[in-house]
Amino acid sequence: MQTIDLSTTPLRELNSSLQAQSENTNQTEWVITNPKGAHAIAVGLDAPIEVTVKGSTGYYCAGMNQQATVKVTGSAGPGVAENMMSGTVIIDGDASQYAGATGQGGLLVIKGNASSRCGISMKGINIVVHGNIGHMSAFMAQSGNLVVLGDAGDALGDSLYEARLFVRGNVKSLGSDCIEKEMRPEHIEILKDLLERAGADAKPEEFKRYGSARKLYNFHVDHAGAY
Amino acid sequence: MEKTPQTLPRNSWTYSPEINAEIRRAADTGIYDIRGGGAKRRVPHFDDLLFLGASISRYPLEGYREKCDTSVTLGTRFAKKPIELKIPITIAGMSFGALSGPAKEALGRGATMAGTSTTTGDGGMTNEERGHSEKLVYQYLPSRYGMNPDDLRRADAIEIVVGQGAKPGGGGMLLGQKITERVAKMRNLPIGIDQRSACRHPDWTGPDDLEIKILEIREITNWEKPIYIKIGGARPYYDTALAVKAGADVVVLDGMQGGTAATQDVFIENVGQPTLACIRPAVKALQDLGMHRKVQLVVSGGIRSGADVAKALALGADAVAIGTAALIALGENDPKWAAEYDALGVTADSYDDWHEGKDPAGITTQNPELMKRLDPVEAARKLRNFLAVMTLECQTIARACGKSHVHNLEPEDLCSLTLEAAAMAGVPLAGTSWIPGQGGF
Repeated sequence: MQTIDLSTTPLRELNSSLQAQSENTNQTEWVITNPKGAHAIAVGLDAPIEVTVKGSTGYYCAGMNQQATVKVTGSAGPGVAENMMSGTVIIDGDASQYAGATGQGGLLVIKGNASSRCGISMKGINIVVHGNIGHMSAFMAQSGNLVVLGDAGDALGDSLYEARLFVRGNVKSLGSDCIEKEMRPEHIEILKDLLERAGADAKPEEFKRYGSARKLYNFHVDHAGAY
Repeated sequence: MEKTPQTLPRNSWTYSPEINAEIRRAADTGIYDIRGGGAKRRVPHFDDLLFLGASISRYPLEGYREKCDTSVTLGTRFAKKPIELKIPITIAGMSFGALSGPAKEALGRGATMAGTSTTTGDGGMTNEERGHSEKLVYQYLPSRYGMNPDDLRRADAIEIVVGQGAKPGGGGMLLGQKITERVAKMRNLPIGIDQRSACRHPDWTGPDDLEIKILEIREITNWEKPIYIKIGGARPYYDTALAVKAGADVVVLDGMQGGTAATQDVFIENVGQPTLACIRPAVKALQDLGMHRKVQLVVSGGIRSGADVAKALALGADAVAIGTAALIALGENDPKWAAEYDALGVTADSYDDWHEGKDPAGITTQNPELMKRLDPVEAARKLRNFLAVMTLECQTIARACGKSHVHNLEPEDLCSLTLEAAAMAGVPLAGTSWIPGQGGF
């Protein structure tokens, strides 16, 4: 196991070491201590390594992650796992704004709550939030799955494309063109798998599914009031 | 019987035939006019400026005999690997999706032959483009279509697009007609639906966040690539200053004549400032921060000739970028397709419905049959020629002003034909020493 103390090691050195790992590295376990809210920790990784950050992080932790598993044993600042391609990111605490923004793949698990714009413009990522999410979450989300065990704030799924949203609690309001949809067996299967992988104690049947009404996919003047 | 004199029919200036036609079109369709290109209205432009060639008070250089350097280095502030260009003219960002694959290939080939860079656009990086562009700038856009760290690392520079001259504050719009299977796949969206590109970045709000976003991108790319920030020409002094504060290596300033693939005509014609009006405030911001020539300034928006290039450089830019002019050089709006433009209800030189995917020149389309019309090798040769001509023209003017490098051109080499341009460019009205409008922005 490699341990890097961010109070003595510069960020550039930390990220260089992590980014230098290859597919076949035998240095698979990394621990980062004293993050103290630093920005851009463990960004741009591209190897099947496991990185544990002991403490809370600033902006863009695990940004653009590929293959790696990054675990934060505190809370995460804005933009955690933004544009993630693959791999897994787990936040033991809460996450700030735009968690998983534009994520293209992989799994983001937030054990606490996520703030506004969670999953904004997501493009294939799977996000599981054990707590609640804030307003404008999944705005213009294109694909992937957002699972929320708690409640969702205002304007959930505004201008949604093909992403699927599953919420167990209450939704304060739905955004334009976002509607509740039928929960079919294939959705139960998707949820079951995601809940299991996220270590979430919930039954798929307890969730409601939300998705796009697809009325705004091609502009028409009769829809102008919806924007 | 003597005929009674009649008044001649007279069109209203306010309700001209063009305005009336637009009112009828809007009433019929219920949607605003969407089109490509930049502002078509007459605004103060580089044409309003003239160079003061050397006589006694200045000493000219011999054309074709004395050296006049055109090289430029972009990204000298932080990047480990700045971009070295042979000419101060680059190709502006234009997306695959808006443009056909052969058009992107032609841009790459032509720019590489001329010793300059091309830029991706909304929609991601294609292998054709990377393969044919020796130097490729990768745009980091609010939509993040096709964004991935592999392409960030394959790029030679990264341009964070915050604004665009044709539509500062506006997002993009690629209508369903052009969403083929390949374009849809690159953008993670279904085939045939309108694709809205966001007007703001989803994961940062304001310059302080942008500074941290740049740190993240630098960390992902090992601090090698120059980071450009592209702003629309709206508040150039403050936006340039904030781009510098956020850590830009290069500021790309796009005036209102700058083109776009498709947006509302009302936006293109009514939002933003003319390119000419944007340059001096941006340069002033750099000078006030002690960063002029340290953070390079690339100006775009209606650059069409070597004279335009020379004037932009004289006002303080380090390089320019061309978009629409490059497309015309490739063959866009070529009169050889006149019959087909006629069938579309337009003329060669006025066609701008690029979003419909019916471009007879095969450049702004994804229609496989139309795309075949563009030979990327031949089109690249034309672009190379055009870039060479612009460079020669710029050198000719610079030599006449006594400059051994085009960057040595300065505002003192210029005068203005109009009060408006004199005030905007900060140069004297011709025949006077009067610079109107001085005293702040």
